[in-house]
Amino acid sequence: MSTLNRRDFLKGAGAIMVGGGLPLSLVELAFADKAQNFTFAYISDSHIQHIKGNKFVRNWDRGLIRAVAEANLMDPKPDFIMYGGDLAQLGTKAEIDHGLELLSPLSQKINFVIGEHDYYLDLGEYWEKKVSPLHYSFDHKGVHFVVLNSILTYDDWINKWPSPEERMNQMAGLDNPNGSPFMVGEKQREWLKKDLSKVAKDTPVVVFSHSPLQKIYKGWNFWTEDAEDVQALLKPFNKVTVLYGHVHQIQYNQIGNISFHSAMATAWPWPYPQTYAQVETHLPKLTVQMNRADPFFERDATGWQMIDVYSGNVALNYSLPENEGRSVAFNPKTGQPEDKKYQAQQGRTLPQTHY
Amino acid sequence: MEHKQMTFGFLFAVMHSLLVFAVPASADEFTEADMKRWQEHYMVAVKQGRELFTDAKLGTNGVACAQCHPNAANTHPETYPKFQKQLGRVTPLWEMVNWCIRNPLEGEDLAADDERMIALQAYITHERRGVKLEPGKH
Repeated sequence: MSTLNRRDFLKGAGAIMVGGGLPLSLVELAFADKAQNFTFAYISDSHIQHIKGNKFVRNWDRGLIRAVAEANLMDPKPDFIMYGGDLAQLGTKAEIDHGLELLSPLSQKINFVIGEHDYYLDLGEYWEKKVSPLHYSFDHKGVHFVVLNSILTYDDWINKWPSPEERMNQMAGLDNPNGSPFMVGEKQREWLKKDLSKVAKDTPVVVFSHSPLQKIYKGWNFWTEDAEDVQALLKPFNKVTVLYGHVHQIQYNQIGNISFHSAMATAWPWPYPQTYAQVETHLPKLTVQMNRADPFFERDATGWQMIDVYSGNVALNYSLPENEGRSVAFNPKTGQPEDKKYQAQQGRTLPQTHY
Repeated sequence: MEHKQMTFGFLFAVMHSLLVFAVPASADEFTEADMKRWQEHYMVAVKQGRELFTDAKLGTNGVACAQCHPNAANTHPETYPKFQKQLGRVTPLWEMVNWCIRNPLEGEDLAADDERMIALQAYITHERRGVKLEPGKH
C-alpha cells in the first residue's frame, strides 16, 4: 500500500482510539512496484512485572493489552508482528507466560527478539523453549530479515554473581554502575556472516536487535560493544535498516548505508541521556526528540509502531497518546531517515524543552 | 630608577594578589574537620536515597523509582516548587515524590520529614548538582 494510504489509515485509527494510542510501530517497506509494499507492526518493551500469585503490575499490563488490541484493529492487517524484546521485567516463567497470554489475541504470526530482561535469569533457556530461537533469519516478500541477540555480555560478568536472581537484578537496573555492556559476540557474528553470504547485495536487509547496533550512551547500555563489527558485515548491502527496542524513546540515525530506528516501549518512557547532567552524551544529530512524558497520564510517551516497507526502505509511524503522531521515513533524496513533519526542509521543529 | 620601580611594582602586585587571592585567615571559618563531617553526613543521605530510589520495596508492586528515572533523570528538582496543573496548586518536590510513590509504585505517602523522604530528595538533587535553579518552570 502507498504511504498516503497508510497515513490516511493512521488518521482513521486515531479516530477509533479515543484519547490517542500507545506507541505501536507500524513499519511499511515499499518497493518501486507498489504491489510489493507491505507493512508489519512492532511492539516492544512491555516489562511484564510479577508481584506475587496471579498479580502483575497493572500499568505495564495495560500498555501491552492496548498495543495488542490496536494491532488487531489495523486495516489492512500488517503482514506480521515483531516483538522487540523485554517482554518480562525479571525473566521469570510467570512473567514470560503472562506476557505470552497477553499477546495471544494477536491474529498474525509474531517474531520475537530477546531483551536483557528476558535473558539474564536463565540465560535464555525458557525463552528458547517456550518463545523463540535467540537469533535467526527469515525472508518475506523479497526482504531478508535477521533477528540478533544483541544483549549478550562478557562471560566473566555472567559468572560473577552468587545466584541467577542476583545476576538478573543487576542487569535489570538501567543505570546500574555494576552492569555490563551488551554485545552480539564473535560466535553470532560468524553466524551472521554465513547467513548474509547467501543474500544478494541488492536485497533489502532489515535487522532486528534489542539494543541499538550503534553507540549512544554506555552508562545506560544505549550501546552495543561490537556495533562497528556488526555494521561492517552489513556494509556490502545496498539497503539496510536496523530496528531496535530497549531505549523506550524515539531515536533514528543514518550511518553509511544503514538506517537506524528505535521503537517505543508499551510500559514506560525513558528520558534522553543528555537529561542526566553529570555526564556528557551525544544523541544522533538527526533525531528530533519526542516530547517529555507527562507523568499524570500513565500511557504518555509510550507506544507502538507501524512500519511501512517501501523500495526496501522503512517508514516508522509512531502513535503517541496526548501528542501528535510521528512518522519517520527514509528520504531517498537525502539518503537518511527523516521526520516527515518536524524535519521539514525549511527548518526542523524543535521538541519541548527537556530539563 | 626604572629598574627599581619595576621591581617595586612587581612586589606590590605580588603582595596585592596575596591579599586578594590567598585564602586569608578569615574570621570564624568552619574547620576542615567540621566540613568533612558535614559532607559525610550529606553523602550518607545521598547513598541512602539512591538505595531507596532503586528499592523494589519502597512501594507495594515491586516498581522502583529508577525504573523510569535512571540516575534520577527527568525529575528536574531545579524546577520546584512549581504549579502542578493536575494537583491544582504549587507543590514542592517531596509532594511529587509522594505522587510517584502512590501511583506508579502503588505505595503509601511518606511524611515530609521522614528520613527516607529527605534521603530521596538528597539523592535526586545530588544527581542534578550544578544545574541552575529554574523554580516554577515546566
